Amino acid sequence: MTDIVAFNHVVKRYPGGKMALDGVSLRLARGEMAFLTGHSGAGKSTLMKLIGLIERPTRGQVVINGTDLATVRRRQIPRYRQRLGLIFQSYNLLFDRTVFDNVALPLVIRGLGHADIARRVRAALDTVGLLSHERKFPVTLSGGEQQRVGIARAVVDRPYLLLADEPTGNLDPALSADIMRLFTRLNETGTSIMIATHAIDLVQRMGHRRIALDHGHLEAG
Amino acid sequence: MAEQHRGRDGRRPSQRQRIPTLAAPAQGWLGAHARCLIEALGRMHRRWVASLLTVFVIGITLALPTGLYVLVKNLDTLSTSWQGTVQASLYLDDDVSVERGRTLARRLDARDTIDGAEYVSAEEGLETFREASGFGDALDALPSNPLPAVVVVTPDADMTRAAVGELVDTLRGETGVARAELDQAWLERLFAILSLIERAAWVIGLLLSAAVVFIVGNTIRLDIENRREEIEVMKLLGASDAFIRRPFLYSGVWYGLSGAVVALILLGGCFAALAGPLGTLTRSYDSALDLVGLDWSGGFALLATGIALGWCGCALTVNRRLADIEPR
Repeated sequence: MTDIVAFNHVVKRYPGGKMALDGVSLRLARGEMAFLTGHSGAGKSTLMKLIGLIERPTRGQVVINGTDLATVRRRQIPRYRQRLGLIFQSYNLLFDRTVFDNVALPLVIRGLGHADIARRVRAALDTVGLLSHERKFPVTLSGGEQQRVGIARAVVDRPYLLLADEPTGNLDPALSADIMRLFTRLNETGTSIMIATHAIDLVQRMGHRRIALDHGHLEAG
Repeated sequence: MAEQHRGRDGRRPSQRQRIPTLAAPAQGWLGAHARCLIEALGRMHRRWVASLLTVFVIGITLALPTGLYVLVKNLDTLSTSWQGTVQASLYLDDDVSVERGRTLARRLDARDTIDGAEYVSAEEGLETFREASGFGDALDALPSNPLPAVVVVTPDADMTRAAVGELVDTLRGETGVARAELDQAWLERLFAILSLIERAAWVIGLLLSAAVVFIVGNTIRLDIENRREEIEVMKLLGASDAFIRRPFLYSGVWYGLSGAVVALILLGGCFAALAGPLGTLTRSYDSALDLVGLDWSGGFALLATGIALGWCGCALTVNRRLADIEPR
């Protein structure tokens, strides 16, 4: 099994009849980095939510890292999500905790020991270049820095797949390019990455694979 | 790949660190709980005004039934000490001689169930009455002594009220005894009132315990609402329901425990305020009654009750609420 992500004829229809994905089949190879593009409502977020088990497909099969997600029961979802790295447009940081504690959260959830946590959190913060900010609170950081904290949190537990939903949606072009370069670096260390984004020009300049969605159909990829 | 990487990590620590492998998971588990306990306290501290109000409400709610319980206990001690002074009067027939009366008193005195029996002749009775009542002149006017001879019986102090009643019934059957009376009717009424108050204390206690459960439940519900986003993020990061629930349960425990502590302080204050005037009152009755507060076991029971109620209030709320919150 070399594919980290495999969608087989996936249909997602929301209650109320809105067709978000209409028979999508796609593959992401292990270690690959791909951009998911398309206008708002094209189904990018739905695709991400299906991988994160936030939604279930109406029809079709989603296989992640060799696991058919239909076999993952509700109680098993937390354990499944622990192996994914999720990055959000609004960063989703906890504002009453320091940068260190935010990044440590996935490890705390998994129940790792204190020394192990400290070592891994510092390594992740070093990767995103925020090691000197570990004692600060997220509010004192800029948008770009906050997103880098979000990325550190996503990679701290060494996920097999990094999913980013509009990670640069709230950032200016220069900061966006910074963040994208960071993703490229992470990809070079072997992490599979899927990034949903609007920033078409940035994607074209980066030269990675592009998966385009249009009204729930796969346009290119 | 990630698994292999972790495997290498596991082997990296030195031999010395690797030895307590069995203890490590337990430490991790204990550590996680200790962390939650502290974290829950930190959460309360951050919103300390609201927390303090909640704790005070719980404290007052717990103090009411506990205070009532202590009151009942004090009245119980009081009535027990009075029960020891209960005496039965055996009024003898007029034709019973002084000698036979004294023999009867000695015979009764020898019984296990009787602490003391004293013969009081008609003359002695008249003399006592003359001194105590102040009706001396009126008594002098009577042609003969109207009082019968009496054997005053003090039942064993350890006897129950029912046993004392039976004893008096058998004494009534003794030859030469015209009437036997127990001056206990007022005591019976007191006991009835006491058991009523005790029952009321239980009912009020149950109702107010339910109130504590609801107060904690509601506080936790608001807390969960305020933390909806945080809970969503945690769920996205793979936190199990148990993991998310834990700090809330510990908040419930802290609320219950600090409420119980406040209740103890309130009760202590009340007793300090009451002890002075009560001392004056009891001294005026020539009785030295000390107000008995909560003892150690009672205090611990109150703290344990507070913790249990806090936990219950939280457990009843948190499962339902957390299930409602799912990332979108």
